[in-house]
Formats: sequence, structure tokens, C-alpha cells
Amino acid sequence: MRKLIVVLSLLTVGIVSQSMQTPNAASITRGKALYAQYCMSCHQADGAGAPRMTPPLGKTDYVTGDKARLIGIVLKGLNEPLEVNGEEYFNPMASFAHMNDQQIADVLTYIRNSFGNKASAITPAEVKAQRAKIK
Amino acid sequence: MRKIIVSLISLITLQASAQQADIQLPKGFAITNITKDKGRVRHIAVHSNGDVYLKLENLRYGKGILRLRDADKDGVYEDTLAFGNYIGTGIALHKNYLYASSNSAVFRYQLDAANNIVNPDQPERVVYGLVDRRQHASKSIAIDPKGNLYVNIGAPSNVCQERDRMQGSKGMMPCPILDSAGGIWKFRADKLEQSYAEGVRYATGLRNVVGLDWNTEVNELFVTVHGRDMLYQHFPELYDAKAGAELPAETFYMVKQGDNAGWPYVYWDPFQNKKILSPEYGGDGKKEGAPDAIKPLVGFPGHLAPNALLFYTGNQFPEKYRNGAFIAFHGSWNRNPQVQEGFYVVFVPMKNGQPTGDWEIFADGFTGKGKVSNPRDAMHRPCGLAMGPDGSLYVSDDAKGYVWKISYSAK
Repeated sequence: MRKLIVVLSLLTVGIVSQSMQTPNAASITRGKALYAQYCMSCHQADGAGAPRMTPPLGKTDYVTGDKARLIGIVLKGLNEPLEVNGEEYFNPMASFAHMNDQQIADVLTYIRNSFGNKASAITPAEVKAQRAKIK
Repeated sequence: MRKIIVSLISLITLQASAQQADIQLPKGFAITNITKDKGRVRHIAVHSNGDVYLKLENLRYGKGILRLRDADKDGVYEDTLAFGNYIGTGIALHKNYLYASSNSAVFRYQLDAANNIVNPDQPERVVYGLVDRRQHASKSIAIDPKGNLYVNIGAPSNVCQERDRMQGSKGMMPCPILDSAGGIWKFRADKLEQSYAEGVRYATGLRNVVGLDWNTEVNELFVTVHGRDMLYQHFPELYDAKAGAELPAETFYMVKQGDNAGWPYVYWDPFQNKKILSPEYGGDGKKEGAPDAIKPLVGFPGHLAPNALLFYTGNQFPEKYRNGAFIAFHGSWNRNPQVQEGFYVVFVPMKNGQPTGDWEIFADGFTGKGKVSNPRDAMHRPCGLAMGPDGSLYVSDDAKGYVWKISYSAK
């Protein structure tokens, strides 16, 4: 019995750590719909952004790198000189703090696994933690 | 055999990538490219001696202004002078001075009797300290025959919300941005070191004018305005995706001193032909607002970005073009999920400052590949217009840095 519990808890740990790392297909699907609704007009259908105005989301450390920074940009918006992959962008990004933790996690997991990107998932708990720091 | 096929394929690919955009024009007009690969060429001006000045939005050879000169008049601009250490959009010639703008100031350079710039490294500062908060920061300029200098100061905002571009954020009432931006300011072209205190707010309620020109037939200022974004994204219950792509109109106004065009409180709906109250200010897509605001002369499809305006005063083109307006559209970025539109130059037939017929596309094909869904995929984006001393029309492109000359021949 004890053995079984150990095995089970090991399994659970395995599943949990798995879900921390590997993007969940359902989250990506929800994220794609949220992207179309909130992000696409500026970042474009192909995620390549618009020249001078909106930066690309593919192949940039802003998206695939530090999760806290990425979550922070979505929660707080961004309006400061920004250079991405050697090009400068001028349009401000709005705050999307009105989206809930799950929605922000989904849309960020989607962009971190689209447009040529492959990066770990973002969880609602990680969004919640960043939101708490802002308030 | 396989090798040959591979070579053939690479040859075809090479040819395709070297292809030029095929610009379509009305019958009798011809287009020639006079320069290419000059970076982000914004507005342009052509001097009476044929020199072509380009204002750049990125430094080229470390400079922000280029002068192209064709001294032997063989059609090849063999001499390029680079000067000015600032980026910007506006450029204009008036009397014996060249005027150019950064995103916060206007400078001028004296020209000598041989049309050379007396001191290219030490311009005089005509205006300084204008609002530059990155969004809508370009300062377009125009000068009237009396020496008044008109400068656009775009609003660093979409629709003056408490929090810019944030869904659910209310519009500020009154909009405090209008005190220092969102309009046209008037200065003197012959006075140095002017700022807001020395200028006059000539017209207000103009979100972001990029095209402006003085009409010498009626002696008034005319402007083209970039309309607001995000109707569909922020108010899907009032506007569907198609409405969001088509609303509001991009607008073309005659503005007199003291005029108000209504931004941010209203936008122009070209289907209802009305000034509709912005939803951030309580609008529902139908309620009208700003009864005292002026109406546009023309409402163009939404988001096409009218970046340059030029009244045609030459004698080379057929009579129908005289005193009409050419408008260079930069092309849209926010008509998703529909394809982007408007990478072309249009013509509005006019007499006495009023349109006399429908606008038409004059020069098209700048994308080089038909429809594009991302403006990044457009080969060229029209941005500046100027008329040469022989009445030819010059068009600039800020994607690949091309400038073309369009001429007419009845033969």
C-alpha cells in the first residue's frame, strides 16, 4: 500500500511538473481565440507586427524569455522606446489587466508556441503572482 | 538533370526577387524611378531648379535629409548631399529657405543664389518643444504665401481615454491633450525660437494630420487625418469586424482658423454621413455629437492612412487635374481579419476648394503583389508627394526608400 502511494504521488508529481513545462493544447486553443480578439489587430494575423508601430512576436526574447517581464507587459502595457530585432516601434501597448489570470495565461502560452516560437507554458498562478506585485 | 532543374529554379527565384512593382497609372502617364533604397523616405519637396529633397525617418549616412541633384539634366541624380542629424517627416521650401521638421521642432536652412545650402550643419531653429510622445509624433509642415508656417501636432493617443487604448477606459472630458496636440499650430516662417507661447492653435479636434497643403486657389489650409482605431476590438457589441475595418472614415478637410473637427468626441461615419459620438464618450454607433464641428470634404475608407496631400497647380497634366488634390495613402495595418488596403495615390477632382466629383485611384500597384494581409509585406508604401517645376508629380515610399517621377504626355 505504501508502495502504491509512493508510486501514485510520484506519478502526480510527474503530471504536475509535466503541465508546468509542456504547453497544454486546450490552453493554446483558448489562447488562439483570445489572440484574434485582443492582439491580432496590432500584432497581425502572422504575429509579425506592423512596421514602425507594433513589434513582432516571433523569434524575440520578449516573448520566449523572462515570463515575469512578459506577463508584466500584458498587465501594465508598454509605452517607452522599444527596439526588437534591430527595429524601433512607436505605438503604445495598452494594459490588458481586465483579462483574467486564465485568459492571460492562455494567450501568452499561445504566443510562446506560435509564429515559430517554442517555449514553456504560462500558468494562471504565474499571472496571479505578477498581478499581486503590481497592486 | 536534377542539377539543371535546381539551377533553373534558383534563376526564376532570383528574377522574381529582383522584380519591380508594376505601378498602374491612367492613360498617357508614365512613371520613372529616380532613386531607391534610401530607407524611410517620408515627405519630399522639389525646388524650382529641380533639386529633390527627402526627409528621412531613419538616419542614412548618419543624416536625416537627402538632396538629390541632377546637374546635367540627363534624368540621373548623380549628386547626393546628406545633412541634418535628426529624423522626421516634414519638409518644405519657401522663398530662399528649406524647412524640415524633427518630431519636436522645425529647422530652416538658407539657400544661396546657386541653390546651395549655405550652412548644412547649422540650421536655424524656427520652432521647438512640441509634444513628442512617440505615438503620432511626426510633424508635417506647410507654409502659405504670407509666410505663415503650419505644423501638425498629432495627439499621442487613440481617442483620449484615461488609459490610452485600454478596453473599458473612459474618454476624458474635456480632453486635456487638445491644449498642446491634436491640431494644427500656426507660427511664423521667418521668426526663430518659437514654441507654444509664440504660436496659435489654428485648428483643433484633428487626431493626427499627416498630409497638409496650402491651397493657393482659395487661400486656405487643407488636411488629411488618420482616424481612430479599435471600434470593433473595444466595442464588439456595437461594431462587427467589418464595421471596425471600415469605420471611421479617413478624412479630408478644409480648415480655417478656429475650426474644430471633433476628435476625440466624434468620428466621421461615411455611410450615415454623420459625426457619430465616440463610444468612449457614450456613443452607440448612431448617436450624433459635436454639432459645431466641421464636416469633411471627403470620407475615405477606414484606416488607409492618408500621409501626403498635394494640390496640383502645374500645367503638364490634363485640365481635370488642375487645382485638384492628390493624396498618398500609406496603407492600413488595422483592417484585420480583412486584408489591408490603401497602398496607393488617389486623386480628388476639385474647383474652388470643393470636390467636383468622386475620388479615384491615380497610381496603384505599390505593394508589388496585389493584396497583403500585413503591411510589412507591401513592397512600397506611398508617403510623400511633391510637384516639380515642369509639373511632374513625385511620389516617395518609406518602406524601400524609392522616389518616382510621374509625367504626362498626350502622345
